[in-house]
Amino acid sequence: MMISLGRTVAALSLALFLFSGHSWSIAAEGAITAPPISSIEQALGQVASEDESVRSAAIRLLIEQGDVSLVPRLEEMRANASRSIRQAIKPLMDLLKNRAKLASPDSDVRRSAATDLGSSGNPSVIPWLDAARVNESNKWVRYTMEESVTLLKLASDDPSIIAAAAEKLGELGSQNGVPVLKQLVAAGAVAEATEQQKTVAMAAAAAIVRIESWGAWSNAIETLFRGISLSSILLIMSLGLAIVFGLMGVINMAHGELMMVGAYATFVTQQFFTAWFPSDMFDWYFPVALPVAFLAAAGSGFLLEATVIRFLYGRPLETMLATWGVSLVLMQAARVYFGDLTAVVAPGPLRGGMQVLVGVYLPYNRIFIIALSIICVLGIYFALFKSNLGLRVRAVTQNRNMSACLGIPTRKVDSYTFAFGSGLAGIAGWALTMVGNVDPGLGQNYIVDAFMVVVTGGVGKLAGTIVASLGIGGLNKLIEPSFGAVYGKVFILVMVILFLQWRPSGLFAMKGRNAD
Amino acid sequence: MSDGTADKNRSGGMAFWAVGAILLVVMPLLNILPPEDSWFHLSDFSLNRFGKFLAFGILALGLDLIWGYTGILSLGQGVFFGLGAYCMGMHLMLTIGKESVYGTEMPDFMVWNQVKELPLFWKPFYSFPVAVIGSILVPMAFALVFGFFAFRSRIKGVYFAIITQALALVAWLVFNRNDTNLGGTNGLTDFKQVIGYRLSEPSTQLVLYIITVLCLGASYLFCQWIIRSRAGRVLVAVRDSEKRVVFSGYTPANYKLFVFVVAAALAGLAGMLYAPQVGIITPAQIGVLPSLEMVIWVAVGGRASLAGAVLGAVSVNYGRSVLTNYFPELWPFILGGLFVLVVLLFPDGLIGMMRKAKSLLSRSKPDGGKPVVPAEKAAVLEGKR
Amino acid sequence: MGGNRLCLLRKLPCWRGSAEMAEQSSFQNSIIYLDGVTVDYDGFKALNNLTFMVDYKELRVVIGPNGAGKTTLLDVICGKTKAASGRVVFGRDVDLKGKHEDEIVALGIGRKFQAPSVYGFLSVWENLDLSLKRSSKGVFATLFGKSTADERVRIEKNLETIGLKDYAHTRAGSLSHGQKQWLEIGMVILQDPSLLLVDEPVAGMTDEETEQTGQLLQSLAEKQAIIVIEHDMEFVRQIARVVTVLHEGTVICEGSVEKVQADDRVREIYLGRQKVAH
Ligand SMILES: Nc1ncnc2c1ncn2[C@@H]1O[C@H](COP(=O)(O)OP(=O)(O)O)[C@@H](O)[C@H]1O
Ligand SMILES: [Mg+2]
Repeated sequence: MMISLGRTVAALSLALFLFSGHSWSIAAEGAITAPPISSIEQALGQVASEDESVRSAAIRLLIEQGDVSLVPRLEEMRANASRSIRQAIKPLMDLLKNRAKLASPDSDVRRSAATDLGSSGNPSVIPWLDAARVNESNKWVRYTMEESVTLLKLASDDPSIIAAAAEKLGELGSQNGVPVLKQLVAAGAVAEATEQQKTVAMAAAAAIVRIESWGAWSNAIETLFRGISLSSILLIMSLGLAIVFGLMGVINMAHGELMMVGAYATFVTQQFFTAWFPSDMFDWYFPVALPVAFLAAAGSGFLLEATVIRFLYGRPLETMLATWGVSLVLMQAARVYFGDLTAVVAPGPLRGGMQVLVGVYLPYNRIFIIALSIICVLGIYFALFKSNLGLRVRAVTQNRNMSACLGIPTRKVDSYTFAFGSGLAGIAGWALTMVGNVDPGLGQNYIVDAFMVVVTGGVGKLAGTIVASLGIGGLNKLIEPSFGAVYGKVFILVMVILFLQWRPSGLFAMKGRNAD
Repeated sequence: MSDGTADKNRSGGMAFWAVGAILLVVMPLLNILPPEDSWFHLSDFSLNRFGKFLAFGILALGLDLIWGYTGILSLGQGVFFGLGAYCMGMHLMLTIGKESVYGTEMPDFMVWNQVKELPLFWKPFYSFPVAVIGSILVPMAFALVFGFFAFRSRIKGVYFAIITQALALVAWLVFNRNDTNLGGTNGLTDFKQVIGYRLSEPSTQLVLYIITVLCLGASYLFCQWIIRSRAGRVLVAVRDSEKRVVFSGYTPANYKLFVFVVAAALAGLAGMLYAPQVGIITPAQIGVLPSLEMVIWVAVGGRASLAGAVLGAVSVNYGRSVLTNYFPELWPFILGGLFVLVVLLFPDGLIGMMRKAKSLLSRSKPDGGKPVVPAEKAAVLEGKR
Repeated sequence: MGGNRLCLLRKLPCWRGSAEMAEQSSFQNSIIYLDGVTVDYDGFKALNNLTFMVDYKELRVVIGPNGAGKTTLLDVICGKTKAASGRVVFGRDVDLKGKHEDEIVALGIGRKFQAPSVYGFLSVWENLDLSLKRSSKGVFATLFGKSTADERVRIEKNLETIGLKDYAHTRAGSLSHGQKQWLEIGMVILQDPSLLLVDEPVAGMTDEETEQTGQLLQSLAEKQAIIVIEHDMEFVRQIARVVTVLHEGTVICEGSVEKVQADDRVREIYLGRQKVAH
């Protein structure tokens, strides 16, 4: 919303001066034929002149030669100037400020300054941008500078320059350029349009097509990324759930609240760091919180298994209800103890994001979750297939009675596995603090989706859970744009039910006799 | 059917009529006769509240059929309840007419959302009979379609529970986010009258209460009829061993679908009675949490016992309404604790405890089957040869 | 169904190739006919190109070491397991492939499971009542249906047959293991199937009970075809006329008890290991 509003404003201001023929400023080339250079001091004195032509000349000169050191003095002049003069000085100040920002050490600041200059509609700043671009190290800041320069060139009087700029914008895939390009196309379409305008319009139309086709691509890539990111959230949440479901045939309805335990463990660790460690150590709270969250949730899970689930073996529906009861208690306990809403501040390296392509911006926290889900899958794979406990877990999953006969302590396997699955919930909670608030309802947000992942994936195979998370997460993001979030969910439910028509016990089902 | 059970049926029947008389005669009389400050006076508020609980009892009967008797855990009963309640609510909304805040024929929330024309699916609900029948048929039709696909593909156990829970979530989303057609989060409210009677009048509420009691009684008898028929035994058989049911020549999917649809109808009926008595229906009554709470009513009362289901619905809701009044923070703990306790320690709920107490009192006469005497059985076999 | 027959006829020569079987029966009067059936569990062939048939009113015993595929054979017949290839023909020309279990039951195939499966929460009487053959077992038929006097008599008779007369109103769940086995047999009998599949009926029974079960099965075979799976050679010798030996999913020998016991391969894979004298 905000961005598009900004774009419109920029486009409007640009259009205004394009079509009114106002000579408030001249194209960059015009600088050569400018009146003889008077000193900056003189210009400063004329800036407040009541005579408009004098004033504009002064402003022009200041833009060409001034720098940010003039701002305090301009500020001073504004304070006791008339309204029209204030209005005249303001853009000048903004331009000078942004020029200073172009040298900022923060690439985001540089970039937004470049964007602002691009939308100022004042071609005389083009040299600033060109100069800054030469020394710019960040690819995307360079991109923005070039985009701004090109945008400003659209204000040129020379049709060939405009056409070249339009083409360049198309090459850059610049979404910011679209409104102005549309203006150019419109100008070329009217009956009294000159030949030159028509040529420009053609170039602009071609550029629009190019930009839009790239826009569709970048949208698709972002959608894909969002889908994968949601999928990995679901996957991280479902892994522990699925392992326990495979082993014991129970869905732990308190899984979401074990995630909540992990999230609060992270929160508490953060508070601890704020209270006891120097602030430059703050970022370390996050890695430290990982084992804390894992152990807190695993411990809670262990207790839950020992006090409730153990007594309900072989009654999966009762287990669901009892664990739901536990989830209510945990949720309310968190609400009473922590209050309703707390937030974990992301550690420095996870803030912000990176741009990979034009119009494709990937936040670090999402990338982190995707990476984490891959690590979890690999970790679980090794735990299940390379460790002693894993071997036992797989044995019990396949045939509990046989395993018991072979002397595998199935009770202990249950207990440890449940604790492990709960620990995974803790890790999920730890990770979720990066994408949302920590509140008592945290576990509820995606948990029903996670349950669906588990039943769709079926039991006993990690691959089922992975495929199901990718399917449900991906589908969710894929159809959200066209159906909206609500009917997207309806659609997913329908899809899952239809899928279960085909595979009633999920993607990977226990076959044959063990299934009943 | 034969011997032993007949006796039990008779005492059960007497209890039914006794409770019926209390609900239908004594409670209303306590409301009407004693002066307001008397100890025996039952306030309009209490009677109305009790009517709401009894409506929940109807829903619990259906849930008991499907979960208690057939062993299918449906975590989406709130959806059917909501469908029933919204059908009636839509009618009540339309009868507000010009009394609404904006003084137009259209429901207030539509005016607020700048809806110019009444949506098509609202129009039939001008008619009271359509609303009454719709609030039962709509949930039934919905359950029929959903259940058809679910049971046809043999989704069962945990899978069915999860799928119905997802249904509850989705339904909640649909109702909650549909501001223009269904009133969004605020739901339907501000009802003024039902077929010309003012809802604010105690006498209207008294009649609604009595209708609820009658519906509950009829539902109870209907469920009992099902349970005592051979179909009822097939339901129990499905719970016991679905595989065997197939090999006895039945199609379990059809029975499950039947009982799912009946349960949906009862939930819809409950919703229909709920709307005018409570005066508001919002998506909050539909979602995941309320649907699960409904299960706990039955669990607390006693599964596979119709009386237990009603008892559970009334007692849990009574407990809730008292406790949330005095200790609002405590209620989730108690509810959660109930889930765990009942499942772990009292699988037969209140009714089970009452039965146990009774058998402890009359210990002299142990019931149950005769002891197993292998020699006797062998002799019988011998005789046959 | 003519096509079906044709198919059968075309298959005939290769099937006759197994000479031993040809001498025992011809397919026209078989009640169940498995033709080259293979059941594949992820590459493991529980039944491997199995050809097998049973006549009307025949009592057939199937033996074989553990894991030979005996239970799988019954699973394929009653539709619980789908064959990867081959055909299963019931009666003259009913192809069972692709039919659901309940449809197959309705055709007249009854099954008693290896582990006794009765309705534990229902009384013995109700267990039998539910199993009784009726014209319709749909929801509305059972909702409105009442037991007729004739049906009651049949149940009572059945109760006597299976020796549970005094337990009619006992919850089936509280019966002993052997009683449950009998109850299940009684339930299958009441279904009045033309083919009865019985999986290890005497497992866990005393010698006396075993003998009685044998008698019961023999008397039933006067009216219906029965396939009995059994390990207990004593029992097999008591009831068997024709024995089929299954090994690794294929029939390796078929014939009288004596003949089977004399067969070298059978002794090698089965009798030898079990050390059963002949
Ligand atoms: N659902 C299944 N999945 C994989 N293998 C199975 C399955 N059911 C049976 N089997 C295998 O098929 C073989 C035959 O089993 P079964 O028919 O039960 O043998 P039995 O002759 O002892 O009754 C056995 O090796 C068994 O392990
Ligand atoms: Mg077997």
